[in-house]
Amino acid sequence: MRIAIIVAAATLTSPLSAQELRGPEFFESIADEGERSAALFTEMGEVLTHPRCVNCHPVTGGPTQGDDMRPHSPPVIRGEADFGAAAMNCNTCHSAENVDFTSAPGSIPGHEPWMLAPVSMGWQGVSLRGICEQIKDPGRNGGKTLEALWEHNAHDGLVGWGWDPGEGREPAPGSQEIFGELTRAWIDTGAVCPE
Amino acid sequence: MTQFIVNGQDVTLDIDPDTPLLWALRDDLHLTGTKFGCGVAQCGACTVMLNGMPRRSCVTPLSMVEGGEVTTIEGMTGPEIEAVKQAWVAIDVPQCGWCQSGQIMSATALLQQSATAPTDADIDAAMAGNVCRCATYVRIRAAIHDAARTLEL
Repeated sequence: MRIAIIVAAATLTSPLSAQELRGPEFFESIADEGERSAALFTEMGEVLTHPRCVNCHPVTGGPTQGDDMRPHSPPVIRGEADFGAAAMNCNTCHSAENVDFTSAPGSIPGHEPWMLAPVSMGWQGVSLRGICEQIKDPGRNGGKTLEALWEHNAHDGLVGWGWDPGEGREPAPGSQEIFGELTRAWIDTGAVCPE
Repeated sequence: MTQFIVNGQDVTLDIDPDTPLLWALRDDLHLTGTKFGCGVAQCGACTVMLNGMPRRSCVTPLSMVEGGEVTTIEGMTGPEIEAVKQAWVAIDVPQCGWCQSGQIMSATALLQQSATAPTDADIDAAMAGNVCRCATYVRIRAAIHDAARTLEL
């Protein structure tokens, strides 16, 4: 019994590994609905601030890449359509699917569509509260209602790419299914932003 | 079987659909103007046109070009490529020459997509993915400006 308690305590207090994402059930013990909602968004933040997501949510300029979020190589610019420069747009290299390199380890990521998030949805260097406020604001989230936002988080293919990023890249924590469940629970508890 | 068009000709290849387009062009179709440089979309030497847009053929599996239209440096036609060729020759742009077919493909694509003369910044952005180990970048930029003038952009 004592061993079981120690193991359970260790599980609750140890830092999450990159692959873990706690589902809504983990937060059911938080009695105050607003606090629970903010805690749910904080958990969503494990995904939202992961390099697989943030690399293509720059606040200006072009994307970053890798877990260290270094500048994209080769150098690329945002361009007028968030799709790169004339003659050097995203699809010059990225295609509709991840493609393994033939002559080296790793892969080039891909999905249809493949493009930067607009500046209004820039997250790099933004606090989690700032991301939360942006993500709820139809003026800055592509005109999405909260229901549309849930649909986006739970089912959008480009969001889902975060968990299927191709050889050589660490996936976002958890799964899109859990991320969708967290989003659902966050909305149902008032969509409160964390402090 | 993969069926597509290369330089206006119907092509059918019975090879692994995961084979990079670059391999198919060079080894199976013997179109060696398109070069292998890095194999990981970092240098631009393998640039071809796929359905009219520049594309790195080293990261393009054959399966992706099924039914598509590929144009290599050997098959390029039109006023933009002619202006680029003329400008390249006029100021002797190439040094070793390895990257030049990729450079020319990107430069031509930039001019095809430009309604007005490209600025230095436009050229730098368009050509940023084409690496030249001889560092002929100053001449490349000058030649693109020259070609734009020829085209009266």
